[in-house]
Amino acid sequence: MTPAPAAPAGAATAAPAAPVALRGVGRAFTAPDGGTRDVLRDVDLDVDAGEIVAILGPSGCGKSTLLRIVAGLDHPTAGEVAIDDDAVRPYDVRCAVGFQEPRLLPWRSIERNVALGLPRGTGRRDGRAQVARLLELVGLAEFAGHRPHEVSGGMAQRASLARALARNPEVLLLDEPFGALDALTRLKMQDLLLDVHSAEPTTVLLVTHDVDEALQLADRIVLLGADGDAPGAGVRQTVVVPGHRPRDRGSAELAELRGRLLDGLGIDRHGAARGIQATTTIPHYPY
Amino acid sequence: MTTDAAKTTDTERSGLPDGSVGSGFAAPVAVGGRAVAAADATGPAGADPRPPGREERGAAASVARRPRRPARPGGSAGSDGGDRRPLSSRRWFRIVGGALIPLALLAAWQVVSTTGAVPVSQLPSPEMVWLAAVDLAERGLLGLYIAISTQRVFIGFAFGALFGLLAGAVVGLSRLGDVLFSPTLGAVRAVPSLAWVPLLILWFGIGEDSKVILISIGAFFPVYTIVAASLRHVDRRLLEAGRAFGLRGATLFATVQLPAVVPSVIAALRLALAQAWLFLVAAELIASSMGLGFLLSDSGNTGRIDRIFLAIILLAVLGKLSDALVGLLERWAVRRWA
Repeated sequence: MTPAPAAPAGAATAAPAAPVALRGVGRAFTAPDGGTRDVLRDVDLDVDAGEIVAILGPSGCGKSTLLRIVAGLDHPTAGEVAIDDDAVRPYDVRCAVGFQEPRLLPWRSIERNVALGLPRGTGRRDGRAQVARLLELVGLAEFAGHRPHEVSGGMAQRASLARALARNPEVLLLDEPFGALDALTRLKMQDLLLDVHSAEPTTVLLVTHDVDEALQLADRIVLLGADGDAPGAGVRQTVVVPGHRPRDRGSAELAELRGRLLDGLGIDRHGAARGIQATTTIPHYPY
Repeated sequence: MTTDAAKTTDTERSGLPDGSVGSGFAAPVAVGGRAVAAADATGPAGADPRPPGREERGAAASVARRPRRPARPGGSAGSDGGDRRPLSSRRWFRIVGGALIPLALLAAWQVVSTTGAVPVSQLPSPEMVWLAAVDLAERGLLGLYIAISTQRVFIGFAFGALFGLLAGAVVGLSRLGDVLFSPTLGAVRAVPSLAWVPLLILWFGIGEDSKVILISIGAFFPVYTIVAASLRHVDRRLLEAGRAFGLRGATLFATVQLPAVVPSVIAALRLALAQAWLFLVAAELIASSMGLGFLLSDSGNTGRIDRIFLAIILLAVLGKLSDALVGLLERWAVRRWA
């Protein structure tokens, strides 16, 4: 944390994005009856440095568990996880987590909550400049002094994102970060995340159950799910999302991909499968 | 409203020598209540059909209120009656409302004792109680009793609360501490307070020590119980978030756990203080030569019912006063930490 002579105040020396490798990761929980229940089984996944990978899967399939294992909040019962060829430690300092709920400390101002994410040993002045820059980045500069209960859910979630970024992570782990937000706010937050990523291109692992969100944000989408009757979820499918971000939300190519992903999630797409032409154009009003 | 304001401004321009009167909407605010009132006095000459008095009051009130708004950025504080909050949350109403029943009781007491419905040996008149207080005060005993009792309560409370905080922290934070200590402490808590008295007198004599220790025991358990329980129930998701951002041990405690339990710790202190007064009387009733509990037992033995009333009233007032002090602390803490 030596202040670079030429760097302007508050310019973060961004940590280089790091690749993540999961090898044969499994996680079994002890069931109430004393037995074990496999949640994850043989998960192999490589995430390149700076890549955004979305983990998609039905509810309860172990997406969050997988993310928590990468963050060091949980430990695998089989296999291993490495960041930059170095095994993940408990509460790994190279990761920052954005939780599904904001999880801000209610007695602290937004500013001081974001400061919580700063790495240990950050100087007071550097820390303050860094927090101010991040609040600016997520559009909360005006609300720095507010308490979490004084701002909206979307703003609290932005503060939570800023706190995660304050850690200057090599890997950013987002656990359904926009799941609890209303539809419009969610779209805005997705755009914000893309802005943030282009400003600080860290590796992002994003858990979501929203196919559109995955298509909009990710370079690759990993479909997690159980294979047949075997217990435990694994990687069912990996989809490379075409094109560059930001992507057109109305693109026909993405619509086709969405249909396939929904199919992979076991959702009936109600279209071509029932003989209805997928290419019908919507007539303009008045009909 | 718009036309009214415009009209007022017009009359101000023509009718007032004050050159500082601007134009438009902001003028009444800048000028203040005096100018608007003056303008309104000339107002009824115009086309306003409303009675001047009402108009004046409304305008002056709104003018008086408006400039104060920016002074209160939060908008939530403020306790005077000038705003539109419901009657039941205004301070003067709470004070008057809270005093109503004590005053009514006092009046009823006076009526019952002057009509002689209850004999004086059962219910002394308020005057007799007052005279008993004056008598004790003249002999220098009243101040002494109050002082010694208050001192015992506060010393006992301080020790009990301190140890309660420590024990509560150990049991609430560490699984091992919970396993080791909570069954024993739970059993000790189940012992009725008076059961300690003979033992404490045997061990520590009938001096200050035994009383202060008994009061400490009384203050200890509410604090211990509430602190341990609330530390154990700190939001796990906040704890996990704290850990995920590199907090552990003492820093996690200071950053997440301690602030999260501050409101309940203060509620526990409040409860412990009430308990301390309870145990004070228990300690002083049994073995003492001064203090309010001694006044109670001594007066009971000598049949001085006026002094019994005096002691009870003093205990009520002192307990309420000390409770109000902690209540202030609690209000501050809830605003700051909750």
